[in-house]
Amino acid sequence: MPTLARLTRGWPALAVVALFALPASAAELRIGLQEDPDILDPHEARTFVGRIVFNALCDKLIDTDEKLEFVPRLATSWTVSDGGKTLTFKLREGVKFHDGTPFDAAAVKANMDRAKELKTSRRKSEVKSVASVEVVDPLTVAFKLSEPDAPLLAQLSDRAGMMLSPASFDKPVGPKPICSGPYKFVERVQNDRIVLERFADHWEKDKYHFDKVTFRTIPDSTVRLANLRSGQLDMLERLAASDVKAAKADKALKVDSVVGLGYQGITVNINNGARADTPLGKDKRVRQALSLAIDREALVQVVFEGLFEPTAQPFPSSSPYYDKSFPVPKRDVAKAKALLKEAGVEKFSFEMQVANAPVDQQVAQVIQAMAGEVGFDIKLRSSEFATMLNAQTAGDFQSTRVGWSGRVDPDGNLHQFVTTGGGINDTKYSNPAVDKELNASRIVYDVPARKAHFDAAGRILRDELPIIYLYLPAWIWASSAKVEGFVPNPDGMIRLANVKLK
Amino acid sequence: MWSLILRRLAVAVPTLFLVMVFVFILQRMLPGDPLLVMAGEERDPAVLETLRKLYGFDRPVPVQFFIWLREVASGNFGSSLRTGAPVTELIAQTLPVTIQLAVASLLIALAIGIPTGVLAAVKKGTWLDYVANAISLSGLSIPNFWLGIILILFVSVNLRWLPASGFVSVFDDPLEAFRTTIMPAFVLGSGLAATLMRHTRSAMLEVLRLDYVRTARAKGLLESKVILKHALRNALVPIVTLSTLLFGQLLAGAVLTEQVFTIPGFGKLIVDAVFNRDYGVVQGVVLCTAIAFILMNLVADVLYIVINPRLRTA
Amino acid sequence: MTAVSPIGISTAGAEALAQRRNRALAKFLANPSALFGTVLVLTFVVLAVFASWIAPYEPNKTNFLMLRKAPSAMHWLGTDEIGRDILSRLIHGGIASLYAGVVSVFIALFVGMPIGLVAGWFGGWLDALISRATDALLAVPFLILAIAFAAALGPSLTNAMIAIGLSQVPIFVRLTRGQVLAVKTEDFVEGARAVGVPNSLILLRHITPNIFAPLVVQATLTVATAIIAEASLSFLGLGQQPPAASWGSMLNTAKNYMDSAPWMSISPGIAIMLVVLGFNLLGDGLRDALDPREQ
Repeated sequence: MPTLARLTRGWPALAVVALFALPASAAELRIGLQEDPDILDPHEARTFVGRIVFNALCDKLIDTDEKLEFVPRLATSWTVSDGGKTLTFKLREGVKFHDGTPFDAAAVKANMDRAKELKTSRRKSEVKSVASVEVVDPLTVAFKLSEPDAPLLAQLSDRAGMMLSPASFDKPVGPKPICSGPYKFVERVQNDRIVLERFADHWEKDKYHFDKVTFRTIPDSTVRLANLRSGQLDMLERLAASDVKAAKADKALKVDSVVGLGYQGITVNINNGARADTPLGKDKRVRQALSLAIDREALVQVVFEGLFEPTAQPFPSSSPYYDKSFPVPKRDVAKAKALLKEAGVEKFSFEMQVANAPVDQQVAQVIQAMAGEVGFDIKLRSSEFATMLNAQTAGDFQSTRVGWSGRVDPDGNLHQFVTTGGGINDTKYSNPAVDKELNASRIVYDVPARKAHFDAAGRILRDELPIIYLYLPAWIWASSAKVEGFVPNPDGMIRLANVKLK
Repeated sequence: MWSLILRRLAVAVPTLFLVMVFVFILQRMLPGDPLLVMAGEERDPAVLETLRKLYGFDRPVPVQFFIWLREVASGNFGSSLRTGAPVTELIAQTLPVTIQLAVASLLIALAIGIPTGVLAAVKKGTWLDYVANAISLSGLSIPNFWLGIILILFVSVNLRWLPASGFVSVFDDPLEAFRTTIMPAFVLGSGLAATLMRHTRSAMLEVLRLDYVRTARAKGLLESKVILKHALRNALVPIVTLSTLLFGQLLAGAVLTEQVFTIPGFGKLIVDAVFNRDYGVVQGVVLCTAIAFILMNLVADVLYIVINPRLRTA
Repeated sequence: MTAVSPIGISTAGAEALAQRRNRALAKFLANPSALFGTVLVLTFVVLAVFASWIAPYEPNKTNFLMLRKAPSAMHWLGTDEIGRDILSRLIHGGIASLYAGVVSVFIALFVGMPIGLVAGWFGGWLDALISRATDALLAVPFLILAIAFAAALGPSLTNAMIAIGLSQVPIFVRLTRGQVLAVKTEDFVEGARAVGVPNSLILLRHITPNIFAPLVVQATLTVATAIIAEASLSFLGLGQQPPAASWGSMLNTAKNYMDSAPWMSISPGIAIMLVVLGFNLLGDGLRDALDPREQ
């Protein structure tokens, strides 16, 4: 190829230049992100990737550790009283915001009020049960709930529990967020980078070892990896499964992974408008046949090198709410065909929406091929993610290949999708028995008692299959072998406490 | 000349108005509610409603258009729906990036295109001419984004010589800037080099036929001197004009190159905005591109007249 | 033609036209690079038309035991991410590229030419309006326009063709208008006008045949641009949709496997390059052959 010939002439010169590639100072950590975060205001933010940045920038009342148990942060302890309707937090002493103002009970109240009242708040539904917040003393705050709310603690371990300096509320927060986290905001170049620097007055500053943390947005996994290898990055999140082999083969790199909290599956239009009127939407046997037609193990092997976890439940097997009595179903072509025959639709064509991203399309094509062997003729309809969700909400779909990024509390992975009138119940599936169990699960704090409700709902849902669960994505991080102390957490976040560069 | 500039500027106003109309209509045709994208995974209907009111999407489309028009007229280009950043700030951040890339590409294109063009013209009909032509046509035929992928594959992933992505300003760190810009600039400049080469070749051929070149030769001047001093200088006139025009094309060509090399420039800003349904950014940025484009065309015209005095009366 | 021509002038025009055509053909046939371009294009056309017979495998047939295998005797260009034969997909993908290139240019030509004719012939406020609208569209970079159209219409090959076609309309409007202005003052047109031939007839019988040559040249060269544009849109996920193949969408997937399966990235790009080169050579040859200055 002529252009290559033209190119190679310059190589020796370039190689010399390459020798001068400067390593970053040891006190800087550079992290590669897959997407550009959205607005940096915890009350307005909505993306997964934004939460990674917030974990360095903002402290929350409580946090979840790698076993998904709650641990103290700004709140040192918490108690539930009044039949589950009062949640009292003891706050840490001597905490300061980045602007130097002190953190106290009044600040918690101001933040909760903002989360509830700010016009553009995305946290409203998360903290809906909080009727009022009372300042008991400067270091004690009581949340008064309208009804017991078991998922609330999990919400407060995420963005709803992040504390901004109330002194910053009079200006737009997003362009320059002021929190109390270990690193403070320096600058942001949209689509490129977000720069943070050490907050010298942080209450736990001894655990944080970098002067500067830079988040760089690089959408392609392979390109992120190339940047890590060439020393432009120290760490990256969401390495593609197909790149893991190459990363593991490189001695200068480390790969960490853990199965996450989200799931991927097929959402079927059960009762959302005229397009639900298909054998797939109307007859659960057809959905059961589709589920049996898919070899989840093979799907995960083909597309994700076996690194993701095949499943037929919305919670990961590491969750206390996972139903161990229901293993991942094996593919059963004969049974699937029999079910289709019973339903009277041996050959049957339906449409599946799929996002126009390459990996999504790969998954869809594998499903298409597998289901084809049973008698399903799946027509793929690609669209951009935004359009796809729009169509799904409007009922303009027969089925969608879609998933959910996952929440710490199991309620977040299930309730709103399958209960009658649920906020994102696009299937418009409705079953009073499921509603009863899942509503009941919200007001009990005791784990085994809650699990009983989830199990009961799960048994019904596995039979009726409004959503066919397929696999649980794993979070995969790659980092330079010099990075020490990183603890993978199923929520996919990067927590920088005790992380160092050798 | 001044009257020409004034006339062209007067024509630019309705043109820009039409650009605004097109952009507005086109993006309102985009499927997918931008607010649904913004409402987050939960898509809380109450939040959706509030946002719709807040951004004025509940008003009739023509009203929205005139509100935008009024804002633009008063110098407010709006802000990003996704991050809340003002469009002018985003442009101020991304434009220097794309300009650095475009300038580097233009330099590469000139450095490759003009010498090969001259060579091809001087050696017209020889194998050198054919090879130069073949290379230039291949350069025109290679899809930019693919050349980018292939370069990343070989130079960054396999050989690990140059960073695969990113951007460093030449004013911050010239060496790193060179390392990050050279590959995308080459990709972007290669097609341009081909165009320049072809134009240089034909311009040179035309000039070489002219009397004064023949006279110079007849006087026994060194051939290299004839070519460089007499022929090339005159052939450069149309090429300079062309380069100005091509600069506009470069800004446009940067769209995919920036996507492939993850360069936070103008092109990436707009493509991401289209995909995120970030209306504020799409509107503002397309408008600014159009203004820049029209200005570049004007500059090209003026340059042409300055260089070519015969046209001054036109 | 003479049946409708009221006077001999246009017949003389037609004869000259025919003569010019013969000369152009001879010139074209004598140009080796133009012939090479023609052969390249024809090769891809034949491959595309007879794809089902030529391709060694079924293009959408997956094989989960043959994922991302490097080129071998069984699969000359290797296999892709779900075990399909890349050569077969490449051959079938050519249909999408050629189709997109040609159809979109036809759209651009048949929308752009009438508008340009009207603008050039009638002039006045109509011309001013059309010219400003053309300027406006040309002021927005072509690819951004195409991306916006394609996103608005939704991702599919047909929509990508429409998007590319619409984005190229202004080029043809401007070219046609310029040509009309040049031909408008020719004797045979003035003559036809003087004897009261209706506008529509003059445009159809006298103007169009005389401005067709540059339009054909432009169209051929635009096919080359359009093929790259289709590949670009597919690369962004806005063109051909799975499981059907197109070179651009193959590259879109391939970039995720740059490291582990580089062969997935190489062959589709070379295919695009060759077919675009073919159209560029063909277009150049046509331009040289039809250029009146060089006769």
